[in-house]
Amino acid sequence: MLSKDIRNHFPILDQEINGHPLVYLDSAATSQKPTQVIETLDHYYRFDNSNVHRGVHTLGNRATDGYEGAREKVRKFINAKSTQEVLFMRGTTTAINTVAQSYGRANVSEGDEIVITHMEHHSNIIPWQQLAKETGAVLKYIDLEEDGTLSLDKVRETITDKTKIVSIMYVSNVLGTMNPIEEITKIAHQHGAVMCVDAAQAAPHLKIDVQNLDCDFLAFSGHKMCGPTGIGVLYGKKDLLNNMEPIEFGGEMIDFVGLYESTWKELPWKFEGGTPIIAGAIGLGAAIDFLEEIGLDAIEQHEHELAGYAMDKMSEIDGLTIYGPRDPDKRAGLVTFNLDDVHPHDVATVLDMNGIAVRAGHHCAQPLMKWLQVSSTARASFYLYNTTDDVDRLVEGLRTTKEYFNDVY
Amino acid sequence: MSTNKLDQLYRSVIMEHYKHPKNKGVLENGNVTIDMNNPTCGDVIRLTMNVEDDIVKDVKFEGEGCSISMASASMMTQMIKGKTTEEAVKLAHTFSDMMLGKDMDESIDLDDLEALSGVAQFPARIKCATLSWKAMEKGVSGESQ
Repeated sequence: MLSKDIRNHFPILDQEINGHPLVYLDSAATSQKPTQVIETLDHYYRFDNSNVHRGVHTLGNRATDGYEGAREKVRKFINAKSTQEVLFMRGTTTAINTVAQSYGRANVSEGDEIVITHMEHHSNIIPWQQLAKETGAVLKYIDLEEDGTLSLDKVRETITDKTKIVSIMYVSNVLGTMNPIEEITKIAHQHGAVMCVDAAQAAPHLKIDVQNLDCDFLAFSGHKMCGPTGIGVLYGKKDLLNNMEPIEFGGEMIDFVGLYESTWKELPWKFEGGTPIIAGAIGLGAAIDFLEEIGLDAIEQHEHELAGYAMDKMSEIDGLTIYGPRDPDKRAGLVTFNLDDVHPHDVATVLDMNGIAVRAGHHCAQPLMKWLQVSSTARASFYLYNTTDDVDRLVEGLRTTKEYFNDVY
Repeated sequence: MSTNKLDQLYRSVIMEHYKHPKNKGVLENGNVTIDMNNPTCGDVIRLTMNVEDDIVKDVKFEGEGCSISMASASMMTQMIKGKTTEEAVKLAHTFSDMMLGKDMDESIDLDDLEALSGVAQFPARIKCATLSWKAMEKGVSGESQ
């Protein structure tokens, strides 16, 4: 387990909510930000703020260095071969849409197949639904095993020579399932399909190595990994990106502009139309520094232990159902659950009155809720700043919730 | 834990409606059907009504949602049955004012609905309480499917 002192880096955690010390268990929705990131943003706007790639003055240089320096940090963070493969985007959603609209439109046609799974969240469903509608391609879902994992046999059954794109989440934001991306990528490649990885719930928690995974695209967001909102990354293999057209046109992404024809900048800038998210990228760089000082392996281990502890403690509560794999080795640091017939909203409200923040609802994964045969669930998601004390508070809060509704029913 | 604030939200009248909802089901002879959902949380409601000569002759609801949304739907159906569509809309507006903590039309008898006044203290839950009312307003204004 990581030291409890890590909490001290997160000023927001040091407050009372509804008369109780805050227990923040909603990091899968968005993580809290360490002082290091907050101060980096503050410093940038106080001293360095300027537009990038155009000013010949000192501030312009500082902003450009900061922005491109952050790109290099991201490159190392995911072990991409080149910074040309690291595109700054608004977040995971924009990144996946870029793959669908740019690569997808050019390479998918009627009768082709796009393969996703039943556990995807909306950001990795709807861009493909749209692409299928526009091109006449078939959208296929890989079915889940009963415990909410993927079997490679079913992956092999679903991906065929007609498959052009496979897009799968690395870690499920509801089930906590960690998917065998490396193996799935191999299967996709055997059929000539490209592999796109939704790493929104993976990048904050485990070491990503795009060269090892051999995936073609990988998307994640900064705000779930201690960085600011509004910044995310699309990784793509250089050969693929070089052959793709931008989906946004205008300033910053152009090379020569004529009255009727223009040419684009080289990678990665051709995909970054408009004034880029400068402060966001620099803030993401600071978040990466922070996470790497602690170590992604240590963070993964910490969350793993915490989730195991939480599953044990929560299992002791009568009438509490936990979704997703029971084997702690197959899951990441979150626990999705329901408590008796108390609606998750009501659970979340009682917990909130006790200072405990959890998510309740469909978690942007309506098809998965259907698969689980529930309309919604509650979710406690952990990050490096959570402790076993937080889990104890949650368990106590859940017992209180149960008693409260037993009494009023 | 102090349950005082929670008790303002989960009043016994609400829990009673949640446990034993009134007018639950689908109206066979209904001429208005409205489906509505709260996309942020997944709560859904189907409202069937029989509206004749601008009077809500009968109404039923079914759906899935939290105690607040289901209790509110139960109360809503009870309150509007037999009322003119104009009265029903007026009630919906009064209810909305209560949720938003605005001054209310005091000439209107809210009956059981008073129990939902505590929801105003829980901003995150106001949408739960107003879901069925929005469906009803859509239905009586002729926007049925």
